[in-house]
Amino acid sequence: MKAAYNLARWLTRNDQDAEDVVQEAYLRAFRFYDSFRGSDARAWLLMIVRNTCFTWLAQNRKAQVSLNEEMPELAHIESNPETILLAGVDLELLRTSLAALPIEFREAIVLRELEGLSYKEISAVTGLPLGTVMSRLARARTRLQQTLAGRFSKGGAA
Amino acid sequence: MSCDDARVLVDAYVDGEIDLLRSLDVEKHIETCASCKHAVEQRQALGGALRDESMYYRAPRELEGKIRKSLEHAGGSARSGRRVLPILAVAAGLLLAAVFLDRLIPFSQNHRAEDLVAQEVLDSHLRSLMPGHLSDVESSDQHTVKPWFNGKLDFSPPVSDFAAQQFSLIGGRLDSIEGRTVAVLIYQRRQHRINVYIWPSSGTQNTEVDSMSRQGYHLLHWARGGMCWWVASDLNDSELRDFGKLLRNQ
Repeated sequence: MKAAYNLARWLTRNDQDAEDVVQEAYLRAFRFYDSFRGSDARAWLLMIVRNTCFTWLAQNRKAQVSLNEEMPELAHIESNPETILLAGVDLELLRTSLAALPIEFREAIVLRELEGLSYKEISAVTGLPLGTVMSRLARARTRLQQTLAGRFSKGGAA
Repeated sequence: MSCDDARVLVDAYVDGEIDLLRSLDVEKHIETCASCKHAVEQRQALGGALRDESMYYRAPRELEGKIRKSLEHAGGSARSGRRVLPILAVAAGLLLAAVFLDRLIPFSQNHRAEDLVAQEVLDSHLRSLMPGHLSDVESSDQHTVKPWFNGKLDFSPPVSDFAAQQFSLIGGRLDSIEGRTVAVLIYQRRQHRINVYIWPSSGTQNTEVDSMSRQGYHLLHWARGGMCWWVASDLNDSELRDFGKLLRNQ
């Protein structure tokens, strides 16, 4: 349940929504438990949490669920990956930067870095091919570094 | 390997998700390329910060109770027949067991036992770093090290040299873990000493690699082919994992 709540909280960005989503996800898991044939109960539950989040967001805040992979500024970011990341990262800034990422990037980061899932497990939870998992993570991290570096230099100049 | 090739692999490399050969290629490349090395270090720093405990949202305490209640409610109202209830109760029990207990039981029992062994391995590793304590037999030749263990142990540890992959065998010794005599193989990577502990495992199960960090040292642990393996070093986690793969695939 630890992982279920953490994922839901990062995806919904709201305490109450996260609680509702986790409850809803458990109800679904309960209903569909008969159909669970795999061996990895954790990945299975996270998949349900993840899908419940997306449904929830689609119903409640339609605008947020944009699975548009080609963000306009991405090309620019990818061509300039030499961002500066200081040894001591400001965790508060990192938290807001991660929360500000598009949901598909946020999800990849949370599953990999916070939950410690392997690419294969992330692929099982999200239903994405392995190659896409890898490229999403790469883009997500580049964007995070970019945001951190940008704010750092702005802060430094002020 | 070119910078372009290396850049494509940086994330998978940092995540330990590429095969050993390509991983070694990346390593070789970043030894001479400051800019790619910088890219790897940035990713590692970012990962380290993201894994900070404060980034993880904890569920409020009362949530578990709420979920239990709503599951009971769902079970009660699902169908009118009374016979369904026990089945649902069993299903709910299984689910809760799968989701809650599964995480708790191995943690409280197996992990505690493993924790103690980990501490013993680490202590032994630290002892071995003191002057004169490292090895009983000093040799880079696996055919010298392996027979040396004969008659000293009731099992024969697999001994291989991985000098070609820059993990050189430098010797072996006997040590004591959990009150039993174990074989220790000593390897070196650059300036880093790696101690590999091998002894017959109590179970026959093969396990995945378990990795942990303590006091700035990295430990790997797995069981395979009836042997229990522990690896301890101050080498960085990703290189140590590569070494673990070599040992597992020998």
